[in-house]
Amino acid sequence: MTDFAVKYAAKLAGVGLCAEGEPFFVVQDAELAFSHAGDQRQGVAVAAIQGLGAAALLIARPIGACQMTVLALAEEALASGAGFVVPGDCETRTFLHDLPVVRGLDAPGLIEALSRRKGCIVVADGQALLAAAGSVSPEQAFVTASSMAFACFVAYFAKHLRDLRAGTMTEARRAVFAAIRAQLDQDMARLPGEMPELLPGPFADEDQARAAMVQAGRFVVEYGLVDSSFGNVSCRQMAPSGELLLISQTGSSLDELGGCIDPCRFDGASCVGLTASSELTAHRAIYDGGPALAILHGHPRFAVILSMDCERLDCPGLGECHRACATPRGFTTDAGLDIPIVPGEVGTGPFGLCNTLPPALNQGQGRPGAIVYGHGLFATGAVDFRAAFATLLDVERFSREEYFRRVAALDAGAGPPRRK
Amino acid sequence: MPGQLHGQCHGWTGRILLVDLSTGRHETRDLPEDVRAAFLGGRGLGGYFLRDFATLPCDHPDLPLTIASGPLTGTDAPASSFCHITTRSPLTGTVGDASAGGRLGAELKRAGFDALVVTGRAARPCGIEISDDEVRLTDAAMLSGLPTHDVFTRLRQRLPHGSLAATGPAAESGSLFATLLVDLYHQAGRCGVGRVFGLKNLKYLAVRGRGAVRVADPAGLARAREDILRLVNASPALMGQQGFTNFGTGSLFDLMDARRMMPTDNFARTHFPPAGELNAHAYHTRYHPLKRGCEGCPVDCKRLSADGRPLPECDAMSHFTALIGNDMIELAMRANDFCACLGLDPVSAGVALACHRELTGEALDPERVLELLLGMGKGEGPAARLGRELGQGAARYAGAHGRPELAMCVKGLELPACDPRGAYGLALAYAVATHGGSNLRANPLSHEVLRKPVATDRFSFSGKARSVKLAEDAAAAADSLTVCAHLLLATGMEEYARAFAAVTGQTATAGDLLACGARIEYQERLMNAQNGFSAVADDLPARFFAEPGSGSPDIPVPPVPRQEFLAARAAYYRIRGLTPDGLPTREMAARLGLPWPDGSPAQAAGEGEGA
Repeated sequence: MTDFAVKYAAKLAGVGLCAEGEPFFVVQDAELAFSHAGDQRQGVAVAAIQGLGAAALLIARPIGACQMTVLALAEEALASGAGFVVPGDCETRTFLHDLPVVRGLDAPGLIEALSRRKGCIVVADGQALLAAAGSVSPEQAFVTASSMAFACFVAYFAKHLRDLRAGTMTEARRAVFAAIRAQLDQDMARLPGEMPELLPGPFADEDQARAAMVQAGRFVVEYGLVDSSFGNVSCRQMAPSGELLLISQTGSSLDELGGCIDPCRFDGASCVGLTASSELTAHRAIYDGGPALAILHGHPRFAVILSMDCERLDCPGLGECHRACATPRGFTTDAGLDIPIVPGEVGTGPFGLCNTLPPALNQGQGRPGAIVYGHGLFATGAVDFRAAFATLLDVERFSREEYFRRVAALDAGAGPPRRK
Repeated sequence: MPGQLHGQCHGWTGRILLVDLSTGRHETRDLPEDVRAAFLGGRGLGGYFLRDFATLPCDHPDLPLTIASGPLTGTDAPASSFCHITTRSPLTGTVGDASAGGRLGAELKRAGFDALVVTGRAARPCGIEISDDEVRLTDAAMLSGLPTHDVFTRLRQRLPHGSLAATGPAAESGSLFATLLVDLYHQAGRCGVGRVFGLKNLKYLAVRGRGAVRVADPAGLARAREDILRLVNASPALMGQQGFTNFGTGSLFDLMDARRMMPTDNFARTHFPPAGELNAHAYHTRYHPLKRGCEGCPVDCKRLSADGRPLPECDAMSHFTALIGNDMIELAMRANDFCACLGLDPVSAGVALACHRELTGEALDPERVLELLLGMGKGEGPAARLGRELGQGAARYAGAHGRPELAMCVKGLELPACDPRGAYGLALAYAVATHGGSNLRANPLSHEVLRKPVATDRFSFSGKARSVKLAEDAAAAADSLTVCAHLLLATGMEEYARAFAAVTGQTATAGDLLACGARIEYQERLMNAQNGFSAVADDLPARFFAEPGSGSPDIPVPPVPRQEFLAARAAYYRIRGLTPDGLPTREMAARLGLPWPDGSPAQAAGEGEGA
């Protein structure tokens, strides 16, 4: 357990969410253990984990633009009396529901919030902290904290644009936004921008295909094209036993895919892929209906934010956009990629993205990618992962630029009038 | 009365029905608010009614047999229509309980009762028929000895509406792993609860309720339901292309073999080469199954063949093939159907057969398998004598033949189709489960194999003591809310606490429900301790510590490391608040609000830490 606590504390720093050595894990089986010694939050954390009876507790302070976006939303939630943030992105809606906000770092507050939800935001000393608990492993707390940071980032930028359109922006918030944007530019500087060298296809055998998946997954994380290390990857590959759909397992980390790839038979003669990604059905339909041989699914932040921006503020379907938007939406990137935006929830329910995504990607001769509202980008390759990765990079680059173009246009008065 | 809202409280009806089969009398009593709050319903309530009688022998008329719904039963909370049956197990001597799907729980609730508590013993086989407020006992002698589908057919002709539950010949003939069948296809299968029905001469229950359950906050329940369904739809195990919704629990069969966890040849090996021809896909190709499910369940994991036979669940698929050395799919199908007709637990039956096969070296051809099952379930046929012996359970059979080590049981309850050498949390969960060898008390497969909520190292005990304890608490709460255990593969008390609060109007968090679960588990520990169960019983068969499984180059399957197992069990005891001997303490019982039983052998002072 301690090894995992140390590992996931380091991972939070590795993906740029926290400063190195800052995230603090307490874990307990029969005995308590810590990710590092001498943390001043130890007393509170120990009291909280003992009160909860949990297996793991994480307290982490996000940095950079993440800190600023989490703090802005949390303070707003406290000021309004709501007491929680409702981000509205797909992952939060599905797995976290809402994010309680606690004022001050103390054990009773943590226990109360974490008895209700997997994670919460703590506002203390003018900073936002992320706190999360787990019942089986520190990884749960890591996943929750990462998801909260992503959710708040997306929610903040999406809300800013929505408020600009609605004419409810204030000068004070505009100033905060400017500061966050400046910080964001600094944050982004750490990410590589050029295409990485990816293994070329077609792949000779299953082993080669698996190696390409592992490599592509790792680069998706290194390039910041997912929140933390979530997402999924698959490819279609012939094997001696028949045609296979190789796909990352559910809950696997894209930067640690070795040993976490399920071979699902195209003839359906085995259920050994029961542990495959929850998007297996969508991947299968994409392969069945189009020319793709490889799929990369990431959660590039501005692509997700842009998918949630809509001019129709009086739409009768408001509130159902994530699963039932009937308006054809999308954009064409500067590089000419035609990217539709479709509704759809995780998995296979009546509103599942397995119903909306495959037809969008397979239209005509096949599209390079499609964004699922508030969720992420699915990009395809006809041979290997190179085209799919290029699409992820291009769409995210375009989405970021397009986002700030829209903000600038609305700020300049092309949108509704400003409010003081 | 149709459409009537029951009671003044929300969620519960606040009433229980007591039936004394010895006198034929019945009465309705209030279910106190503090009991509802402390034990919720279902399994918790069953334990509450059992605890004052926990040491009675199973044939004692005063031993209660409780069929209980939960506060969510009969509402829109997904997959919450289960009921829980609790008594003392004739097979193990521990608390004996089993959950059952179908509509029995929902009908009971709509009839106006949170629970039916049966005591006494009828002079002749009888039935209990409940139609809203009307309760009557009937003569069921004409149903004795009939296969279950004939029992249901006859009853359904007379009782076209409502839920039916009945035992088969096994409950009457003395099999200690007899079951209760609910609505024909849903078995309350474990611990021999059906035998207690037989000992009471209670053949069937027929329940029809036309009332409604009060819900405090319908809009809140709708929101909670949406959150739960969204998670269910996102679950590969439940709703994925290869999940339960498409293949039933048989989805797990391939995975167990691929992970080298398929119990083979009485758990001597963990891989069965013909498994690929006996999997869920093979059943679908051959039997073209129809999809069935329980009331209010989005998954619908039951399967019926085109000729009306139930397809085996994963445990039966595995135990009637790999465990007994059979590679014929139709034999597995027939053996499972035999169990359903006879009212036998297929898990226990399969393990008993495998134990006999290893002990004697006898090859089990199809005819012999069916003969033995007939003998176990009805005490008749060419293998009547041996069958009756096997019907006492693998532990008694192996012990009587001087080879107790060949019984693959924990506390006398036969193990399901997941080998503990392939998942150490599972090994611990099997060992400490209060009703014996069951994976559903904590279901570590969820994280050790199915990767939810996150994947854990299945070949490590690190962190498993606490995770087993917490999962046991969650499972106890779910069994008491009467939520299907499979739903916990996708959701948890976080979501069901919202549903509970909306239904009952009582503020509750996941932590509150887990605290109830901890109380319910400890109550079972207290009863087991009264019956002499301690650390000696919280153990696995020696085979798992001495022999390796059938590993592959990628997946070595060594024996479970004994010292690490013992350390994890000791950690579990500390976390659960038990003594190093696995016994409850007065201090912990008091902290959980549980009375200290008279004459308990448990320690007076707390050596366990509790958490």
